[in-house]
Amino acid sequence: MFDQNTLAVIFVGLMGLSVLMYAILDGYDLGVGMLIPTDNSEHADIMVASIGPFWDANETWLVLAVGLLLIAFPAAHSFTLKALYLPATFMLIGLILRGVAFDFRAKASFSHQPTWNKIFKLGSLIASLTQGYMLGMYVNGFDTSITGYLFATLSAIGVSSAYCFIGATWLVMKTEGELQLKSIKVAQRTLIIAFIGIAAVSATNLLFNPDIYVKWFTFPNILFLMPIPIVCAALFTLAFVLLRRLQNNPEHGAGLPFFLCILIFTLSFAGLGFSFFPYIVPNQLTIWQAVAAPESLNFLLYGAIVVVPTILMYTAYSYRVFWGKVQELRYY
Amino acid sequence: MLDTLMLSRIQFATNISFHILFPTITIALCWFLLFFKIRFDQTGDPIWMRAYRFWVKIFALTFALGVVSGITMSFQFGTNWPGFMETVGNIAGPLLGYEVLTAFFLEATFLGIMLFGIKRVPPKIHTLATAIVALGTTLSAFWILSLNSWMHTPTGYEMRDGVAFPVDWFAIIFNPSFPYRFFHMLIASAITASFLIAGISAYRLLRGDNKRAPKLTLKVALTAAMLLTPLQAFVGDLHGLNTLEHQPQKIAAMEGVWETEQGAPLLLFAIPDEETRSNHFEIGVPYMASLILTHDMNGEIKGLNEFVGKHPPVKPVFYSFRIMVGLGLFMLLTAWVARLTLFNRNELPAWMLKVLVALSFSGWVATLAGWYVTEIGRQPYLVTDILTVKQAATDIASSNVAISLALYSIVYIGLLYAYLHTIFVMARRAVEIEEISDNEMNKSTLNTLENNHV
Repeated sequence: MFDQNTLAVIFVGLMGLSVLMYAILDGYDLGVGMLIPTDNSEHADIMVASIGPFWDANETWLVLAVGLLLIAFPAAHSFTLKALYLPATFMLIGLILRGVAFDFRAKASFSHQPTWNKIFKLGSLIASLTQGYMLGMYVNGFDTSITGYLFATLSAIGVSSAYCFIGATWLVMKTEGELQLKSIKVAQRTLIIAFIGIAAVSATNLLFNPDIYVKWFTFPNILFLMPIPIVCAALFTLAFVLLRRLQNNPEHGAGLPFFLCILIFTLSFAGLGFSFFPYIVPNQLTIWQAVAAPESLNFLLYGAIVVVPTILMYTAYSYRVFWGKVQELRYY
Repeated sequence: MLDTLMLSRIQFATNISFHILFPTITIALCWFLLFFKIRFDQTGDPIWMRAYRFWVKIFALTFALGVVSGITMSFQFGTNWPGFMETVGNIAGPLLGYEVLTAFFLEATFLGIMLFGIKRVPPKIHTLATAIVALGTTLSAFWILSLNSWMHTPTGYEMRDGVAFPVDWFAIIFNPSFPYRFFHMLIASAITASFLIAGISAYRLLRGDNKRAPKLTLKVALTAAMLLTPLQAFVGDLHGLNTLEHQPQKIAAMEGVWETEQGAPLLLFAIPDEETRSNHFEIGVPYMASLILTHDMNGEIKGLNEFVGKHPPVKPVFYSFRIMVGLGLFMLLTAWVARLTLFNRNELPAWMLKVLVALSFSGWVATLAGWYVTEIGRQPYLVTDILTVKQAATDIASSNVAISLALYSIVYIGLLYAYLHTIFVMARRAVEIEEISDNEMNKSTLNTLENNHV
């Protein structure tokens, strides 16, 4: 039996893991969705095929993240999502459209396919923009002034371009030929926007929250925190160089930019997580204030200790099964 | 203008009614797929793979609709019903958590392998993936019905300062109404899937499909429906007895009994009136309600007047119950007549095929009606004797809920249309596919990896 305070830390950790997994995994497939061309059905087919076996499980991480917030920190769940009610609704509509368009486009008669492609793209775009917007509102402490909305809009663009970036690097890894070359170019362009976006959101975060500024720039924190942005910037540079090299020789190391991207996401998330810990609602509610009853969380934790590693194992198995360049997507 | 509470209720009812349509099919359809796949592995007859291939596409589409419509629910618990988690979150939370952890990931990941991995994994692993998805959908039903049943018949908890705390998890999970509700729902799902398979197969036959596959799936589905419909009547009866014991006010509303009476009649038709607290135009079978519910002609049934202010609205419960039972009996009759005709004549006359097409989605209607009986029957409580729906409501602006409700409604109507349209398009396209050639037949008897995608 863990006590309540330890459980709060364990569960915020589990939630953090789910959010990070979601941002990386659904991030790349939402990115691919946004990048779907409306004028090239052959490329659209390959792109959708590359995420076909995964998108459903990827989205489950969001269900787990929101579920853990609901279960472990119910007060924070209702506070946060009430404040974000409309953007959350739009995000859900986006995810619904994206999810069903994926299945309908494969089964609809050919005349309808371009329509479902557009819905797929639109759904991915709505979901990404609203997620970025909600992140922005969360970071600025649900500030409803003009600056607050401007910041949230900036964050919406930042997150969407980061998703496009990871989506493009996924395609660089999974595709060949013309589409791969095209994806390399897209990855280069979105890399720059994503870099500016992440830098801008990080900088504004410090301006909005003096406490966080103090947290980052005092001794000894500064010693182990400063490497985060520095390494992040280095990874961006490395990815940029690698993508340039891939243009001439796309066969070698095509998977590397995607993995660099995962590292960038992880570091950015760690930075964000550190900024707000131990708050679960910025400046209003700490994890210790919001945590649910220990007897409930212990009961769930026993299961989670067994189940979460199992999930990670079979997820890895699924990626191994579908390893390598995309093949035609066939239902049987 | 409707207030936030009413809009939240409509929104939740809309969402959950739309959502339940799809799991109702997938929970059982996946076991049918597993059956097709195992038969293929055993016999090597490509006909089973044809059946699998056709139905796995419908399964994938249905599953996707279930997933996306389910996500909205986890958001609404906090946004529209914060009082629910504040009061019983310590119990509801872990049950929902276990559903996500043990079922959702399992289904979603192995579905990828099941749908797209047939060329990439050995045949046995592919059959195993199908089995795991079937297990996942059933596990998901297990957890969510455990939570739902606990809301009807809460046990294993204690109240401290108005908040429920778990005392005995076994008593919580296996609460008194859970086994009945769980099996009632699993069978409902199996019947829904059976009638869907039978209906679509009949549709293909009516369109001149002469292949073996639709005939085979029609036979399999009717056999299942013939066995399951009487079983459902039996389990439903047990569920009713359990409800009488724990929620007598729900039974009183279902049967339209106002005053406590002995030897109560079974009302086939009536118009219950809550103003006068009586029924108009009653048509009933004397003593039958008492006989069915207490297994004694003169058994006592408590009337609604003993629960004034604490019983559900009578009309929706009363009518929904009759729709469920009436349609259920009609489905039972159809399944038996059709299966026996098939046994005698080896094919069905056109009119019977048409009836089956018309009943393709009858499982949806019966299941929804059943859920309305049980859920409306719990009103005014959200969790029996612990929390009313009103107490759980949110304080967000009604305009926000109105916007979200309007958006969901538009999307759901569009999706339902697209879903039904696509299923029939797929059926029509299947008619045009060629019959399995001799060459394919021969190839299939060699049990190689290639066989999996004949």
